[in-house]
Amino acid sequence: MTLALALAALLAAACVVLVALPYLREPAAERDALDDHGELEQKQLELAEVRDRALGALKELEFDHRTGKVSDEDYRSLVGPLRREAADALRALEPRAGATGRVKAERPG
Amino acid sequence: MPELGRAALVATLGLVLYAVVAGVAAASMRRRRLAASAQNALIAAFATTLVAAAVLLAALVRNDFSFVYVAEHTSRDLPTGYTISAFWGGQEGSLLLWLLILTGYAATAVLLNRRRTRELIAWVVPVLGAVALFFAFLLVARATPFAVQTAPADGAGLNPSLQNPYMLAHPPMLYLGYVGLTVPFAFAMGALLARRTDERWIVATRRWTLVAWTALGVGQLLGAHWAYQEVGWGGYYAWDPVENAALMPWLAATAFLHSVMIQEKRGMLRVWNVLLVVLAFSLSLFGTFLTRSGVLSSIHSFTESSIGPWFLGFICMVALGSLALVFARLPLLRARTRLESLVSREATFLYNNLLLVALTLTILWGVAYPLLHEAVLGDSRIVGPGYYNFFLRVFGLPLLLLMGIGPLVAWRRASLRSLGASFAVPAGLALVIGAILLALGAGSSIPGLIAYTFSAFVLGSIALEFVRGTRARRALSGGSWLRAFSSLVARNRRRYGGYVVHAAVVMLAIGIAGSSAYDTVSEGKLVRGQTLAVGDYRLTYRALDEREAVNATEIRAVLDVERGGEALGAVAAGKNAYTAERQVSNEVGIRSDLVTGEDLFVIAEQVNADGSVYVRAFVKPLVNMIWLAGLVFLLGALITLWPDAREQRRLAVRYGEARAHAGS
Repeated sequence: MTLALALAALLAAACVVLVALPYLREPAAERDALDDHGELEQKQLELAEVRDRALGALKELEFDHRTGKVSDEDYRSLVGPLRREAADALRALEPRAGATGRVKAERPG
Repeated sequence: MPELGRAALVATLGLVLYAVVAGVAAASMRRRRLAASAQNALIAAFATTLVAAAVLLAALVRNDFSFVYVAEHTSRDLPTGYTISAFWGGQEGSLLLWLLILTGYAATAVLLNRRRTRELIAWVVPVLGAVALFFAFLLVARATPFAVQTAPADGAGLNPSLQNPYMLAHPPMLYLGYVGLTVPFAFAMGALLARRTDERWIVATRRWTLVAWTALGVGQLLGAHWAYQEVGWGGYYAWDPVENAALMPWLAATAFLHSVMIQEKRGMLRVWNVLLVVLAFSLSLFGTFLTRSGVLSSIHSFTESSIGPWFLGFICMVALGSLALVFARLPLLRARTRLESLVSREATFLYNNLLLVALTLTILWGVAYPLLHEAVLGDSRIVGPGYYNFFLRVFGLPLLLLMGIGPLVAWRRASLRSLGASFAVPAGLALVIGAILLALGAGSSIPGLIAYTFSAFVLGSIALEFVRGTRARRALSGGSWLRAFSSLVARNRRRYGGYVVHAAVVMLAIGIAGSSAYDTVSEGKLVRGQTLAVGDYRLTYRALDEREAVNATEIRAVLDVERGGEALGAVAAGKNAYTAERQVSNEVGIRSDLVTGEDLFVIAEQVNADGSVYVRAFVKPLVNMIWLAGLVFLLGALITLWPDAREQRRLAVRYGEARAHAGS
């Protein structure tokens, strides 16, 4: 009984230390905010997703065409829109960087 | 040391409560240290639950009958392996196993994702904590495994049907599956709460879903083999509610694993995917509720159960809460692309999803109807195998066919010319095999014939995919065929691992169709020297053996087997009379033919005092394909699960770029 209680107390103490660890390590942190990536990063991420999806689809189409799963006729009708989609996604990512630059340049100070 | 076990569970309860409260506060107030503290609380909760589990395990191994749980589920004569499996043999122990696996998964998910998906994990922690809180509450307040008593001289023993080697692996595998579905659920809810509905939650959880799905699949096959060997009725799946409880979340997770590809490839079905994750998790809770609440015995025992009403309340809360959250976030989940054609890979995935969900809901209705009928009208109803078998054919056969069609159809759209070229070989192969089988007499079962024809089509399409892919890869990179083949699989493990899993499902279908549609049965009373014919076999009753085992008296009728005049040895079938448990179990005799995949399956229904036995014998063609399918399924799942360094690099680049652009 005593041993069980001692072990339980030890376990509880270890848990308290583990839970309090972030505060014990940095008792007075200068910055305590969770990384907030904000709307801009979210937008970038969505555009990068669209780009990767379009590039991946192009790669897969090429391979399916090689295997014979996609006929020449289907390949010709699919490859154009996919290339445009990928190009649009790449373009959309580029001006975003420019827009970021502009926003930064306009920022006072 | 029951005090230590109780204290450890109270500590778990406190820690997960803290993880919920601090996690919500940290995520909504954007506090970094508080979020890290909540994450640490989840990790600590795993450690405390592990201590509680160790205490119970030690009590079981030491036969400490002062623990009520140990006395109710073990005895001194019980072999050590089964003493350990008694951990999950009763309600309290299995709830503790649930909590142990859940906190273990939660701690692993936190450690793996605390840097990779920081924004999501802040909300994932309170969701995981909330699920753990429910189970910790049950274990502390409603069903403690640490209740004590004055120790009796011996325990009541373990249910004889659980005294089987499969019981060492089957329940833990199922629990790994059930509980594993909590992680995708938590990430889906975390993504909605954080308003981050991009692909990250899917990337973070796809592997977790695969692990849970694989464990559920393997667990069910182990359970089927256990039922085949141990229950002694001549089958492996009886559409029992407990079996259905594991099948439903597996089907929902199967639908998710397919539809998630449409989201990744085309950005579509975002609402559907979240709903499937909610459905799979709710069904995993429902499965645990079915097996643990007493509701299957009767509504009366459910209302008297210490946990049943709590469980039902929690399931309703999870389902309604998640649906409300999905509804609130609908604008974020809107798809940006549309289905271009009804003849495309994504369309076949969609049909597959509709069939899988329809099958799941049909099974759910079959399980729920008797319970609802009893609750509302007071008398119980039985939904028999006929209902389930009918819908298995209605939804399962088209699903089987779609497994062959899907790989042959291109993404976006496919012309008739493309389809004709792709379908020619597998469709031709299927028709030839169907015609041969019909000529050999397989037309005695039309569903069986259709299943075999479709199976040939699927196997043909899978083989074609491997051949064409290897040829294209070799043309691109040169080298040997073997090198081209391994490069093909390594470059797209999900696709080709998936095909291996499809091959396993086909083997399963062949095994099920063979053993159920084309089996033979014969029965009769035999005295020594008499013979029973079944199929091509002749069984001659030679002797009745009796021996004392550690915890049971084993009686076996020994029957000599011959086929076409050739002696094939003997099978022994009989009964075990368990001393401590005061129960008798059927012990079947099985002779497997590994060349044909067929089993001779013998049950000694009655062993009479005059030495005669009443024997029922089955010949089950191709039944061993079912167990072999389990190995192939595991191989396919492992290929799919294997980490893909290429994808990890692509994602790292994507997130790095987005961060750099945003920060510049």
